[in-house]
Amino acid sequence: MPWALTVPAVAGLVFLVLPLAGLLVRAPWSTMGERLAEPLVLEALRLSLVTATVATAVCLLFGVPLAWLLARGNLPGRRLVRALVTVPLVLPPVVGGVALLLVLGRNGLAGRWLYETFGVSLPFTTAGVVVAEAFVAMPFLVISVEGALKGADQRFEEAAATLGASRWRVFTRVTLPMVAPGVSAGAVLCWARALGEFGATITFAGNFPGQTQTMPLAVYLALETDPEAAIVLSLVLLAVSVLVLASLRERWAGTS
Amino acid sequence: MSRSITAARESRRVVRGLFPTVALAALLAVTGCGAGAGAEGGRPAGAGGGAARTVTVFAAASLTESFTRLGADFEAANPGVDVRFNFGSSATLAQQIVQGAPADVFAAASPATMKTVADASLAANPVVFARNRLEIALPAGNPAKIDDLADLAGPGVKVALCAPQVPCGAAAAKALAAAGLKIVPVTLEQDVKATLTKVTLGEVDAALVYRTDVLAAVGKVQGLPFPEAAQAVNDYPIAALAKAPSGDLAGRFVALVTSPQGRVVLTGAGFETP
Repeated sequence: MPWALTVPAVAGLVFLVLPLAGLLVRAPWSTMGERLAEPLVLEALRLSLVTATVATAVCLLFGVPLAWLLARGNLPGRRLVRALVTVPLVLPPVVGGVALLLVLGRNGLAGRWLYETFGVSLPFTTAGVVVAEAFVAMPFLVISVEGALKGADQRFEEAAATLGASRWRVFTRVTLPMVAPGVSAGAVLCWARALGEFGATITFAGNFPGQTQTMPLAVYLALETDPEAAIVLSLVLLAVSVLVLASLRERWAGTS
Repeated sequence: MSRSITAARESRRVVRGLFPTVALAALLAVTGCGAGAGAEGGRPAGAGGGAARTVTVFAAASLTESFTRLGADFEAANPGVDVRFNFGSSATLAQQIVQGAPADVFAAASPATMKTVADASLAANPVVFARNRLEIALPAGNPAKIDDLADLAGPGVKVALCAPQVPCGAAAAKALAAAGLKIVPVTLEQDVKATLTKVTLGEVDAALVYRTDVLAAVGKVQGLPFPEAAQAVNDYPIAALAKAPSGDLAGRFVALVTSPQGRVVLTGAGFETP
């Protein structure tokens, strides 16, 4: 172990773990039980888990084909498309929320038409939460899957094609199984990002208990009046996400 | 091949030689920013080796327009002084101050949030410098045809309120209770400006915000006063903070806000002054 690597590695680890330790130290352990049983907490947690999971499903549905297009399709201006796909990663979340409002809001470009034709309006609904989370989390999945596709050996796909398999069959029977670890790693990242989403959610979907108040929103508002409650909520969110992520990685992702 | 190995060795030697320097620089950078950065209120040393002085003011989001003007006046009256603002939800600001953010002045939108800071014995003698009352904010053109507070309870009317944890939300709850109205909002926003944004974008039909916010968004929203607002007038306290890094400037800034000149700016923005 060269010290030039070990020292910054340990410093980096401490930097990442110390704030978490701070939360654990300051947590009001004595009142933990009664705080967790509050309906508001359980409601926010349920909403968070449901929306993050649905958002991940939406991301898989659209993100995997998009990653395939970037890796295998002969897109003109592929680099520009890739840059556009990664924009939500760097966009300040609140700006993402405003952008969603301008497109999908009641007076938005597409939202106005949705509202006048179907009477559907996404802001302030649970579906709006899913949209905000998917918008912010999808790039994680796309980048992860695209990387896996690029690293996969294309000769297997070519062999399948020469043996007469259709392109769809090649994709489902050869390509997807080969990049499965990449897809599940991307899905896990995507889910975690969706679970922690705050800015775009509160801006686009608003904040109403039971409908759009996910865990991060509940944490933020608890901080206004009761910092201890906010710490408890944060710990619950952390514990749940660590549990889910750890079990998923064991089950699916293998060594990716 | 052998050339590239030599080159690699060469560059490794260079890197190894550089490493202590880089590490030291990184360490200095870290300690440097560690000394200066607070939660959204860090004060980098003024240019010119500390010749410029800063006064850091934490103020409620609803004070954005009036305090920005007063800040410019203060800088004009005190050459070489730089006023920095951190506008946000009063409760969040109070938390930041209690956690040790380097603020000189705190102006809150409610006595309760000032009390948080006073209880930590960080605020000396807060004084009420302004009062604010709620108004109904409507998108330009009033698409839902709202005529009074009771219309907000109508079917299909989308209303945004501030969350009850923040001052404007507490005031809204009070006013609605005074009117004997039960309305179900579509969202409970984290501060008054976020609530107003929902109206400005036309995403809700109405919101309860301060009169000052309606005035600040003139042309984009229309305001509708309602009588029950008188039951929920908000007091705005201001205080120079006990641990103010620039204590003398803090006192002077508070003096400006409470002076006749300050009152003119505040009433111009729609506040009532004591």
